[in-house]
Amino acid sequence: MQWRNTLRDYGLVSILLHWLIAVAVFGLFGLGLWMVGLDYYSAWYRKAPDLHKGIGVLLFMLMLLRLVWKLFNPRPAPLQNHGSAVRLFTRLGHGLLYLGLFAVMASGYLISTAKGRPVEVFGWFEVPALVTSIPRQADVAGLLHEYLAWALVILAVLHALAALKHHFIDRDATLKRMLGRH
Amino acid sequence: MLKRTFAALALGSALFAGQALAADYVIDKEGQHAFVNFKISHLGYSWLYGTFKDFDGSFSFDAAQPEASKVQVSLQTASVDTNHAERDKHLRSDDFLNVAKHPTATFESTSVKSTGEGSADIHGNLTLNGVTKPVVIAAKFIGEGDDPWGGYRAGFEGSTTLRLKDFDISMDLGPASQTVDLIISVEGVRQ
Repeated sequence: MQWRNTLRDYGLVSILLHWLIAVAVFGLFGLGLWMVGLDYYSAWYRKAPDLHKGIGVLLFMLMLLRLVWKLFNPRPAPLQNHGSAVRLFTRLGHGLLYLGLFAVMASGYLISTAKGRPVEVFGWFEVPALVTSIPRQADVAGLLHEYLAWALVILAVLHALAALKHHFIDRDATLKRMLGRH
Repeated sequence: MLKRTFAALALGSALFAGQALAADYVIDKEGQHAFVNFKISHLGYSWLYGTFKDFDGSFSFDAAQPEASKVQVSLQTASVDTNHAERDKHLRSDDFLNVAKHPTATFESTSVKSTGEGSADIHGNLTLNGVTKPVVIAAKFIGEGDDPWGGYRAGFEGSTTLRLKDFDISMDLGPASQTVDLIISVEGVRQ
């Protein structure tokens, strides 16, 4: 398999980014839901949010890399059997996934930095607070973060179901292409 | 006739004197000479301090008749601030102050008992997180007098200790952190 995309196939970098980000999104969602219910004396009370924020920032960097990679690589053409409706929904769905990801990450960042504190990434580096003046910032961003995260995960599940439908019902190469087995 | 007028006058002036002495003060929010602070133990190892930024109140006070004093304060619970965005968000949630449901906390005095020179117990009702309970604020008179800008001011500091459970605050912060000290430090400007 090649590193770069071709007009026919996804390259190794795109495939790895896709699956890594998929794992991160579902992992962060589960971690986020779990950590807000932790007991104050739980060993994870401080560790879990630190992990959530650290992984979140790394995910943001992966997404930036993904966008750059996308920009400098050919986009594999839609499969022959996909009609114009499927192509439209695919573009729309993928666009919303990208948008949703950035919206969830941005809202999360706005919670932690609402009072000017930077986001600490595993002690490796800090992301400074840039926006602190939104009224009731932490609360508003917190609500958005929760709702957007649910929306994103539901969208990602639909995305996965669509891929499975293409694989098992239409028996086309949609899923195989993202597994590098086309 | 004259006698009756005199008696009425005497009674009137006595009442008037009593009321005139207990002057009304408005808490100086404008100049920010008023604080509603709290402290709670962190694990039993240190004190965590916080404050409520948005509140208002008034009191009436007469140094000669401290037991006739009255005080009322209302504050916006969403204005809680411990200088930590995520903690403050957590404090506003239903684990603590439940500010979406109970945005306002109030204290209204019911009686004042002098406990010595310049100190008194202010009995009253505190409504916090939707729960109203009687509390006693141990208050100290700090000082009063003319200010340099043509006004007249009087100031107090008082504190009370609240059990979190009494006010339906559900989060358990551990055995050392079952209570919170409320510290109110106010300066009033005479109206």
